[in-house]
Amino acid sequence: MHKKIEELKDSIIKNKPQKGINIMEVCGTHTMAISRSGLRQLLPQEINLISGPGCPVCVTASHDIDHIIGIIREYPATLFTFGDMIRVPGTVSSLQDERSRGKDVRVCYSPMDSLEFARKNPEKKVVFVAIGFETTAPLTAVLLRQAAQEDIKNFYIFNTHKLVPPALEILLLDKEIKVDAFLCPGHVSAIIGSKPYDFIANKYRAPCVISGFEPIDILQSLDMIIDQYNTDNPKVEIQYDRVVKPDGNPAAVEAIYEVFEPVDSDWRGVGMLPLTGLGLKSQYSKFNAAKAFPVDIPQPKEPPGCKCGDVLKGILKPFDCKLFAAACTPEKPIGPCMVSSEGSCAAYYKYERKA
Amino acid sequence: MDEIIQLSHGDGGLKTGQLINDLLMQYLGNEVLSSLDDSSVIDIDSNKKLAFTTDSFVVDPIFFPGGDIGKLSICGTVNDLAASGAHPAAISLALILEEGLPVKQLEEILSSIRKTLDETGLEVITGDTKVVGRGNADSIFINTAGIGFIDDNYIISPEKIKEGDAIIINGPIADHGLAILSKRDEFNFQTDIESDCAPLSLLVSDIKKISGNIHALRDATRGGLATVLCEMASRTSLDIEIFEEDIPVRIQTRGICEFLGMDPLYIANEGKMVIFAASEDADKILKAMKKNKYGRESVIIGKVSNKGKGSVFLNTQLGTRRLVDIHYSEQLPRIC
Repeated sequence: MHKKIEELKDSIIKNKPQKGINIMEVCGTHTMAISRSGLRQLLPQEINLISGPGCPVCVTASHDIDHIIGIIREYPATLFTFGDMIRVPGTVSSLQDERSRGKDVRVCYSPMDSLEFARKNPEKKVVFVAIGFETTAPLTAVLLRQAAQEDIKNFYIFNTHKLVPPALEILLLDKEIKVDAFLCPGHVSAIIGSKPYDFIANKYRAPCVISGFEPIDILQSLDMIIDQYNTDNPKVEIQYDRVVKPDGNPAAVEAIYEVFEPVDSDWRGVGMLPLTGLGLKSQYSKFNAAKAFPVDIPQPKEPPGCKCGDVLKGILKPFDCKLFAAACTPEKPIGPCMVSSEGSCAAYYKYERKA
Repeated sequence: MDEIIQLSHGDGGLKTGQLINDLLMQYLGNEVLSSLDDSSVIDIDSNKKLAFTTDSFVVDPIFFPGGDIGKLSICGTVNDLAASGAHPAAISLALILEEGLPVKQLEEILSSIRKTLDETGLEVITGDTKVVGRGNADSIFINTAGIGFIDDNYIISPEKIKEGDAIIINGPIADHGLAILSKRDEFNFQTDIESDCAPLSLLVSDIKKISGNIHALRDATRGGLATVLCEMASRTSLDIEIFEEDIPVRIQTRGICEFLGMDPLYIANEGKMVIFAASEDADKILKAMKKNKYGRESVIIGKVSNKGKGSVFLNTQLGTRRLVDIHYSEQLPRIC
């Protein structure tokens, strides 16, 4: 084993809080990295890592998924989406099902491709499914700024962007969830910096460490969290300082708030959370696909037995869901946490099952 | 079985299995086909066997760093034959061309086929061409079939895998899938990763000459190294242990995989042979492999352990150990 890893592991074991600590890894990328590296096996049982609501596909509300599917069913539109969305089951079908029936659903890696397509095909109505947290919101903002400048009339976004720090406050206020500290996502802070988390340490006295994604980054961050916790000195520390600066990337933040403003947002399994979403400002509302393409949304029904809501809030581990690895597998997912490549259930299924 | 064919029926995962077992086998199943190996092996007489295989190529784009659809169509079939321990003897080639394909591109593909045939000492001995209207195919699709002979009673088969066998691979994984991805319209990122597309028949005959204890071979294409290992473990009911720090992945490949959230263990290769051989012969096999230009970076990545449930375990760089799951979905269609 790497010497530094050995040292961190020993330090974590030596300093483990006797009464235990619940540390929430907010982000799906962290969940994946923890499961894939088997990092949990190195930790004493007093240190309980729980997954948070930081997988964008997982927290997208059912009615949003149904609306997106409705658009492609009812309108002759071309839909661009990131890959994970394509398999999420809606109430009546999925984008994958619609694509196999001939609807124009395209997977893109860069949102710019959708705008480029709209430019080249002015006769087609193009919808980009804008999803994600502060990491992807600046890209959507730049896209819309560009579309507005060029006055592109056949381009729309279906907006589901959400914010991380205010959602954490709501988790802290929820009596059912017992989070003592947060392992915060490094890429979100590459944009917003560390300051938006200050209130968590100051008001709720919960340690926060902004972490990179290598197993060694995560171990180091856990060591830092435990130190804060043991010394009762909660603060926001940046472990991922090779990328994250306290002020983040002000130009990207500015781009976000030129186009968006905070609005209430519906999180799947969690519910409507005040001011945790990004809504389009009025001058950009002409790009709003939800308004431009109204559809009758079927009454959403969560699949019976699916515990994604509790998994997203960290109340249950994927293993605690009766459907996990039985009726619900990555090949036949029932809930969104099993579909997304960053979902907790997918991470546990893929990397933490026993033989 | 679903009512409509979806892309996921071609991804090598569960739905591909359903398509094959629930539909194709219902009409076509027979004793030879049912083994579902890369090549089928038929007895000719008591000490001679014939290996027969076929494969279709629909890769997009048709030219990619490190190869093109022509080279791929020969390598794919040659490697399927080599993996059954056969000496490839002859190839068939069928072209489906889309109206509008520039002849210059076709010539480039043919010249690449010629070069690969020359390298392996093979000839195309039968073929076919069809042309379809614009939009009814995508530039060019190729089907090749190949026959080869196993004439020395040297049987290579998963059934021969034994506890203690060393597992060897002939170089870094995941380059083919990423090279294809890097050139797709939807993701044009800058990288100099090249496909590992290569014919491995000579590499296989080199190691067969040096060791009589090659037990099984597998061409780690769609589904990547993980899928091959899971398949072998499940067939033999023996557990497999692999070691993360020994599995070769180029730094650049690893970086892109991390960025995209992909696992290199599941990404396609087109020139990687996974070799199961008696551990006492491992060193001399490695030595022979390193002399071949497609084996210079060969390494031992793990071993077959005791009887278990037929699971694959990865020993991570953190010193932890976890199950390697059977591949379940290829994110990227038309990689070969």
